[in-house]
Amino acid sequence: MKKNKGKTLGVILFFAGILIAWQLVYFAGVDLLSIWKSYAMPSPSGVWISFIKLAGDGSLLAAIVYSLVRGAIGYLIALVIGAVLGFLMNHFEYLHRNLRPLVMGIQTLPSICWVPFSILWFGLTQQAIIFVVVMGSAFGMAISVDNAIRNVPSICLKAARTMGANKRQIYRKVILPASLPEMVSGLKQGWSFAWRALMSGEVMTTCTGLGQTLITGRNLADINQVMLVMIVIVLTGIVIDQTVFRQIEKRVYAKRGM
Amino acid sequence: MSLILKNVSKQFDDASQSTLNHIDLEIRDGEFLCIVGKSGCGKSTLLNLVAGLDQPTEGEILLNGQKVTGPGADRVVMFQEHALFPWRNVIENVKFGMEIAGLPKAEQEEKAMHYLRMMQLEDYRDYPIHQLSGGMRQRVALARALTLDSQILLMDEPFSALDKQTSNRLRKELQEIWMSMKKTILFITHSVEEAVYLGDRVVVMSDVTGSIKDVVPIELERPRYVYDEKFVEYRHRILSEVQGEEEV
Ligand SMILES: Nc1ncnc2c1ncn2[C@@H]1O[C@H](COP(=O)(O)OP(=O)(O)OP(=O)(O)O)[C@@H](O)[C@H]1O
Ligand SMILES: [Mg+2]
Repeated sequence: MKKNKGKTLGVILFFAGILIAWQLVYFAGVDLLSIWKSYAMPSPSGVWISFIKLAGDGSLLAAIVYSLVRGAIGYLIALVIGAVLGFLMNHFEYLHRNLRPLVMGIQTLPSICWVPFSILWFGLTQQAIIFVVVMGSAFGMAISVDNAIRNVPSICLKAARTMGANKRQIYRKVILPASLPEMVSGLKQGWSFAWRALMSGEVMTTCTGLGQTLITGRNLADINQVMLVMIVIVLTGIVIDQTVFRQIEKRVYAKRGM
Repeated sequence: MSLILKNVSKQFDDASQSTLNHIDLEIRDGEFLCIVGKSGCGKSTLLNLVAGLDQPTEGEILLNGQKVTGPGADRVVMFQEHALFPWRNVIENVKFGMEIAGLPKAEQEEKAMHYLRMMQLEDYRDYPIHQLSGGMRQRVALARALTLDSQILLMDEPFSALDKQTSNRLRKELQEIWMSMKKTILFITHSVEEAVYLGDRVVVMSDVTGSIKDVVPIELERPRYVYDEKFVEYRHRILSEVQGEEEV
């Protein structure tokens, strides 16, 4: 308990230190030495003022909610596509040999590369953003699903076969539960890809969302708002990761003593 | 039950010579048959063929006159590593095979508990696998194998990953179980002592030719004791057959 308290205190001190250092650098660079223009350098106090403003009129919360909903829709579509694609790549040796390298390649594309396509096909709409999210995260998840199934210990499969399990039973009762921990980790990583892709998509369009709030900040030459949104994007991503994915992961792992 | 291997040979695709060469063997109903041989002589290969996990390149394996073409619950295997499912607890593991077979839930429970009791594991019913010792895991695996009432039980060095003391205890338990059930068992081991202790007959395999070198009936009353004069005699005789090839 005491140790925990010490840890929490350490974390608080660390971030307080960063804030103070940041404010001092700003003070020295902008006010004292005038190396930077005040509109090009954010400061903790300026970010705080932006926060009060955007939180006060409710636009920040709206942006978060819109982004999250969009992210969730895109992520779920990507999840289904990724799972099906991963399964097929695993099940058919032909696809594993030929399609997998292609999927691997596509997966390395930064999601921003899909933006021109999506705008041509869907215009400056919600769908365009969701398309970018799907393209940005589905392929990585497909690879994860394929790997997870491939890594099921062969001894488990052999044991099930010698107990008379057929193909369907092996998928349902062995492969699925055996690959679950690795799959959950893959899906968790998929979320971080989806969240990044979401921002690439949002800054291109005019739909309400965090990406749009960021661009508005740039258009108003309000560097503090830009900084604020960046911080919110990071925090939201972390919160979802910790509340949703980490919890699922914990549960799956605990049962197996991992 | 009758299990016959007829002129069985196995050559792996990437191997220069045959791992198994013209194996003829009959496993009798209710018999405890042990196979010994040096590491790499093809014992596991032979067991995998009987299990149907692999196909012979030549010859055939007949179970009750029917050619073996794939794995099935009539030939359950117990492996060297425990092969339990880590996402299932003890009783769920024991029930796995019965679930596959579609037995009614009540019957699954009853049978699973019966065999857990036989293994003295009834108190560990709801334990996760990772909290069991190696010996307990193998006992769970044995319970799981027995629930299926298979025609024959195939065991591939099931105790060799355990420490000596635990493996001695388990083989004693297995002897008792076999004496009460008279189940047909094909048991593979590299320990001659284990083979003489458990087997009605001991098959000695040669790693030079990949064939059967000798079949030794063990005419000792059960329960057997490793310090018996006769036991030691058998042991020496088979040991020298296994090791004999070193002089060649
Ligand atoms: N899948 C495979 N492909 C190619 N060669 C194999 C394969 N499985 C086994 N072998 C070869 O066949 C031979 C016999 O192997 P096997 O596993 O049957 O030996 P074993 O008698 O069970 O040995 P151990 O006592 O170490 O378990 C070895 O030389 C091995 O390298
Ligand atoms: Mg072996």
